[in-house]
Amino acid sequence: MRKNPDSPLRQPLAVIGVTILVIWILVAIFAPLIAPSNPIAQNYGQLLPPNAHNWFGTDSVGRDVLSRVVYGARITLPLSIMLVILAMIVGTVIGAIAGYFGGWIDAALMRFTDVVLAFPGIILAMAVAAALGAELRNAVFAVVLVAWPTYARLVRGLILSSKNADYVTSSRLLGASTTRALFVDLRPNISGPVFVLAALEAGNGMLLLSGLSFLGLGARPPSAEWGAMVSAGANNFDKWWLAVFPGLAILTAVLAFNFLGDALRDILDPRTAKALRE
Amino acid sequence: MKDLLRRRTPSEKFDGVRRNSLGVFIVRRIAVGILLMLGITLISFSVTQLVPGDPAALNLGQSAMSDPTIVAAWRAKYGLDKPVPEQYIIYINHLLHGDLGQSQQSRRAVSTDLKEYFPATLELATVAIFFSLIFGLLFGVIAAITRNRWPDQVIRFFTLTGVSVPTFWLSLVFFYIFYFKLSWFPSNGRLDPGTDAPSTITGMYTVDALLHGQFSLFWQAFRHLLLPAIVLAIYTIAVLTRFTRASILEILNNDYVRAARAKGLPESLVIRRHVLRPALLSIVTIAGVAFGNLLAGSVLVENVFSWPGIGQYAYRSSIGLDLPGIMGVSIVVAGIFITMNLLVDIAYHFIDPSLRHA
Repeated sequence: MRKNPDSPLRQPLAVIGVTILVIWILVAIFAPLIAPSNPIAQNYGQLLPPNAHNWFGTDSVGRDVLSRVVYGARITLPLSIMLVILAMIVGTVIGAIAGYFGGWIDAALMRFTDVVLAFPGIILAMAVAAALGAELRNAVFAVVLVAWPTYARLVRGLILSSKNADYVTSSRLLGASTTRALFVDLRPNISGPVFVLAALEAGNGMLLLSGLSFLGLGARPPSAEWGAMVSAGANNFDKWWLAVFPGLAILTAVLAFNFLGDALRDILDPRTAKALRE
Repeated sequence: MKDLLRRRTPSEKFDGVRRNSLGVFIVRRIAVGILLMLGITLISFSVTQLVPGDPAALNLGQSAMSDPTIVAAWRAKYGLDKPVPEQYIIYINHLLHGDLGQSQQSRRAVSTDLKEYFPATLELATVAIFFSLIFGLLFGVIAAITRNRWPDQVIRFFTLTGVSVPTFWLSLVFFYIFYFKLSWFPSNGRLDPGTDAPSTITGMYTVDALLHGQFSLFWQAFRHLLLPAIVLAIYTIAVLTRFTRASILEILNNDYVRAARAKGLPESLVIRRHVLRPALLSIVTIAGVAFGNLLAGSVLVENVFSWPGIGQYAYRSSIGLDLPGIMGVSIVVAGIFITMNLLVDIAYHFIDPSLRHA
């Protein structure tokens, strides 16, 4: 199927994924130039179906849906990337500590990880987001709280499988500190799979975040967050354009992350790829 | 939900521990389950502590708040006059007696509420897991057999789309197309407006209607169930498809498959007898997890279809900051999730003898 398995660009899905992501990032950066109108200005008639002037129609207070979808990229994309990075950091640190130090530290941290994994993710996130107050920032925090365990498990496994390798032992014998062993000797073995996992998880994070906004536990109404826009469409479900376009925005962005993650996983060596799948 | 792709083999949890008998394994496994459950309650309890404001004020309402004796009695009942660790002990004690707290929205015990809402979700998730298993297996097998050829690529595209589509959005789209435009399915809710529910036996309308012999009512309840169940199943179908494909490809590498082919068995027999059977085994292990995820994942679907299940209940509780309500839902779902995993692990040990001597 592919000639050079090392290059992600050989994979058609990866290329599609990267292309979509680049387009969305450009849309987010150049939103003011692309959007035909101000996303919160009530410039038009209410609930107009898509027409020559408003390609995606207008919403219940006469805002241009296309402009809101374009500006929404500035909210949903950076937040999703941010939450993935946060979850990655938290999970990696916990997994590395557990794997490297072993013993009761490992046992305690991993039991805690098990508990968080046993929780129904979306419901825990809903509870935390609600308890902290319905705000986008809190929703991000809530998603991070349910997303880190996957990284912790992966990193712990990777550390366990290589912490007793000869090169680590010899570097320790030469007097390297624990920090150096973790960051210099072990890190290269971990970062690849972790980044692939992050690509795979970015889509899930975005789905959960926009889901919370859809439920009214994230972005607040005037905000052009995509999940919140779909929610507004649910209140006027016969005006299909209200929900369809922001939903397609979420779908394409999540799809792009998943295409990328899926292709990257196949490129990893089979053993780590298997660890990622399980 | 992301966790669905992980296959939990029992050995994973007991790396390096010698297991000399099935009995020891089961006891240990149950002990782990109980510990997990305890952890769940600790987290639930901690989340309820996050809420700013006076829980008595939130729970009692104005008239009761103006009476100090009621407030004091309420605080004493839930131990709010005691230090936090002691409050946790009291909370556990209440849980062990089946008391999940009072819902401030319905002004009833959360356990009473859940008894009413849970069967609706159970019904939905059961139909959804049924769809998921049938189509997940079917597409997974097709994808594995046609590996890297066009049917596999098409299926891969659709499974990736299936795990990427926002469920809440898909619910709306399906609702718009199949109910509003095409009228193939009835409207929201569990029954047509004005129809009386069958008298409660299980709380699942389809089952109750059948038990009462009300076949037209069964058909109506089933038609209401179908659309939300399909939407709910899509994510799980995608996940099971990918999982089935992966496990079949793994099995195809085995020597005994080569041997079966070498002795001249037709490919269909090789697949059916030597590949599908062991593959089914590993699919069983994640079907339990998948079911737990369907129960939790129904939140977004129930919201769109006004389905009066625990997802809807959790949603209303979280919007109304009714934490006993949402914590009740998460404890129940987590409990089911843990029990499912436990049963699957134990069943796996019975089915696959090689694990016993691992």
